[in-house]
Amino acid sequence: MNDMTPTREQREARLEGMGCKRKRVEDIRFTQGKGNYVDDVKLPGMLHGDFVRSPHAHARIKSINVEKALKVPGVLAVLTAETLKTVNLAWMPTLAGDVQMVLADGKVLFQNQEVAFVVATDRYAADDGIGAVEVEYEALPPLIDPFTAMDANAPVLREDLAGKTEGAHGPRKHHNHIFEWTVGDRELTDLAFDKAEVTIKEMISYHRTHPSPLETCQCVCSFDKIKGELTIWGTFQAPHVIRTVVALISKIPEHKIHVIAPDIGGGFGNKVGAYPGYICAAVATIVTGKPVKWVEDRMENLTTTSFARDYHMTTEIAATREGKVTGLRVHVLADHGAFDACADPSKWPAGFMNIVTGSYDFPVAHLAVDGVYTNKAPGGVAYRCSFRVTEAAYCIERGMDILAQKLGMDPAELRLKNFIKAEQFPYHSALGWEYDSGDYHTAMKKGMETIDYAGLRREQAEKREAFKRGETREIMGVGVSFFTEIVGAGPSKNCDILGIAMFDSCEIRLHPTGSGIARVGTKSQGQGHETTWAQIIATEIGIPADDIMVEEGNTDTAPYGLGTYGSRSTPVAGAAIALAARKIRAKAQMIAAYMLEVHEGDLEWDVDGFRVKGLPEKFKSMKDICWAAYNSVPPGMEPGLEAVSYYDPPNMTYPFGAYFCVMDIDVDTGVYKIRRFYALDDCGTRINPMIIEGQVHGGLTEAFAIAMGQEIRYDATGNVLGGSFMDFFIPTAVETPHWETDHTVTPSPHHPIGAKGVGESPNVGGVPAFSNAVNDAFSFLGSTHIQMPHDFWRNWEAAKRLGVTG
Amino acid sequence: MAKTHVKMVVNGAEVEGLVEPRTLLIHFIREQLLLTGSHIGCETTHCGACTIDIDGRSVKSCTMFAVQANGTDITTIEGIANADGTLSALQEGFRQMHGLQCGFCTPGMIVRAHRLLQENPNPTEEEIRFGIAGNLCRCTGYQNIVKAIQYAAAKINGTDFQEAAE
Repeated sequence: MNDMTPTREQREARLEGMGCKRKRVEDIRFTQGKGNYVDDVKLPGMLHGDFVRSPHAHARIKSINVEKALKVPGVLAVLTAETLKTVNLAWMPTLAGDVQMVLADGKVLFQNQEVAFVVATDRYAADDGIGAVEVEYEALPPLIDPFTAMDANAPVLREDLAGKTEGAHGPRKHHNHIFEWTVGDRELTDLAFDKAEVTIKEMISYHRTHPSPLETCQCVCSFDKIKGELTIWGTFQAPHVIRTVVALISKIPEHKIHVIAPDIGGGFGNKVGAYPGYICAAVATIVTGKPVKWVEDRMENLTTTSFARDYHMTTEIAATREGKVTGLRVHVLADHGAFDACADPSKWPAGFMNIVTGSYDFPVAHLAVDGVYTNKAPGGVAYRCSFRVTEAAYCIERGMDILAQKLGMDPAELRLKNFIKAEQFPYHSALGWEYDSGDYHTAMKKGMETIDYAGLRREQAEKREAFKRGETREIMGVGVSFFTEIVGAGPSKNCDILGIAMFDSCEIRLHPTGSGIARVGTKSQGQGHETTWAQIIATEIGIPADDIMVEEGNTDTAPYGLGTYGSRSTPVAGAAIALAARKIRAKAQMIAAYMLEVHEGDLEWDVDGFRVKGLPEKFKSMKDICWAAYNSVPPGMEPGLEAVSYYDPPNMTYPFGAYFCVMDIDVDTGVYKIRRFYALDDCGTRINPMIIEGQVHGGLTEAFAIAMGQEIRYDATGNVLGGSFMDFFIPTAVETPHWETDHTVTPSPHHPIGAKGVGESPNVGGVPAFSNAVNDAFSFLGSTHIQMPHDFWRNWEAAKRLGVTG
Repeated sequence: MAKTHVKMVVNGAEVEGLVEPRTLLIHFIREQLLLTGSHIGCETTHCGACTIDIDGRSVKSCTMFAVQANGTDITTIEGIANADGTLSALQEGFRQMHGLQCGFCTPGMIVRAHRLLQENPNPTEEEIRFGIAGNLCRCTGYQNIVKAIQYAAAKINGTDFQEAAE
């Protein structure tokens, strides 16, 4: 060795592997406007399709006349339910075991429902055609309030289900009932409440909102009649699932369907499901023989594809006078809209709502969820959270605050008293989960110290006295939230989508000159997989991350994967990547042993190659081994250096965190100021701290929007009131608070690299932190619970209701 | 529908085309000029993904007709990189400070920031936040976008960029 020999640290740094703040490879093209999104796809002769939509929330369709539309210059075809029936596609299956109209069949069930699909030479001509389609409606009474859905005289929404007393998830109790899902021991839970010294009960609503990525849902479908092949470019978070769904419903053989998800402009759950636009564009390309593009506008996006939440959670906690929780009982009324189109694993009609015991050691619990139909858009997607986990976290974190208030205890103290202890992991929850690892007390205490929690409470007490003396019109709230997520769906024993187990996959192929390509079954929508997946490989096999190209989203080249949502990419695909890399390293070790003329067992791994134990100068780098893999492998060994791994996780992962929000509210205007927001996340092993921090910033901003104003509201007749960015709150840089981030590291014991996933934690933990801050601010005035979203007007209303403003 | 002839300078080159009077400028740029860097996020002037620079002002091109842009001088994201093809200070700042994730708002955001730094070469954080308030981002929470613009301002001004402590 001489002075020029790089040190171990220099060799490690050169790899840009796990743990480093590697700059993103995606940014080179995105900062220059050279991304390739679906709407950038332009094919020769391409047509545009767009929808005629219903102005009514509930109406019978008496007639549809397309004759005038067909005479509009540029219009080539108009599809209706009647057209689609000829190919048996007027209805499509949903991921939740229900069926959904592709185009209105006899009636419409929500405002803006798809009624007809106009295909024209460009988007302007399509719009002209839409204006010329004549639809005659007979209005029917709308059902908007989910609490009246199961009234005896409630209107019948789903005539197609007449007489069906059994749904996809068991018995239906009423014509507007979808399912009842129960978990836990009802009897023991009731007993805990009978014996409880203290109980609380509150109806906690999590309002309807929408993921609204900046790029809407869109696709381009192109059918090659000669080859019988269908190619679909689309905004798909799960491209392989889309291919299988298309094969199942179109009868085109799966190998003749090519699904390509190019760059995606954000997803947040919006782009998991299958929507009528995809089906209509696919039928239209087959009918016209030309490629057809469908692009949602913003109003269509907000009002039709995939709302989120709309859970109304009656929450009861039993406890001792000292504040030890003894039981949890939750009933959820779930408003699913007109069709049950939730994108949950098949056996989980309410997602993982049974994580509702949160971070606390509840000896018993019971959860019941009733899903109902209303005249609203379908969806129920996981908007930047694992399935229904944000709802669960909000329910328990609000509930714990309400309990603390009743006990006269500090909410942080109540949490510390009831946390699952570090030594209890793996922990079996009362509602059936096995939490993999955690150290909640350490995280909570670190957060409390960093923000000077005790000091904030002292300041709050002083401000409250000053408020009572009339010296200030401002009230101060400290929001505490400690969440446990459940991500990484999931183990085949309990997770599938349409019968396909929720594994994920990676294929790595190394080239002779020491670089390579990795193809993965996930699909980034901004998470930066091209950057981070290469970092995992760099650490595992010693090839610099810059020399690994990562490719996702092309179903012809990528191994089958279940896609990116529910923070599953790192827990599932991240493991597949590490294991594929380890297969390569195992073969590389055999080749290195042959090259160095030693036994495999005599070699040890050293950053970027193999070294003979005790003989440091006898070394073969991975680059040398790559070359050898293509010309001098040991006798009997196949040449080449590649591997595939399909990873079926043994368990979910359970990221957690402690979030604190400090807020001041002016009672006369309802105007709030977020003074401070601190987020401590524990996502296990950290692959790229820069990207983790970015994910946390983004998720917190979404949580801020949801808690403080973002809502899809309907009036009594079913008109959507939040259909544009004028009404639907997306924070700008001005309103968005400054975020402070922090972390602890508790690796997952069952994951090959110990990583847990992080993208959704800030949304899950953030919403309760904001809402608890508002509720905490008002609590000394006698308020126990104020429903979200907490916009200025609602804050002012609350102050008025509590008699502190005129 | 009868078409109108339009002519303008885009990223330094003279371009022309025939458009319907109702053709929106963003559609002309994306579909006729094939400059797809500027995006469409709302079509109602709220999101700013379509922001371009017209005669020295930031304009949301989804609510302007192509015919209204006749005779103007336009810069889109495709015209922002340095003449030698390297990333401009802003583009570099966005990468260095992790000021983007999905990349969909990024072109509009950078074109807007480009104009902001011409109007105010040394903006405070508050001025940056106000200056980009017409551009929505769903991924980043803006904090790193602010840093990216501060990074670029420092680089253009030849001063040291000090990343604010958390």
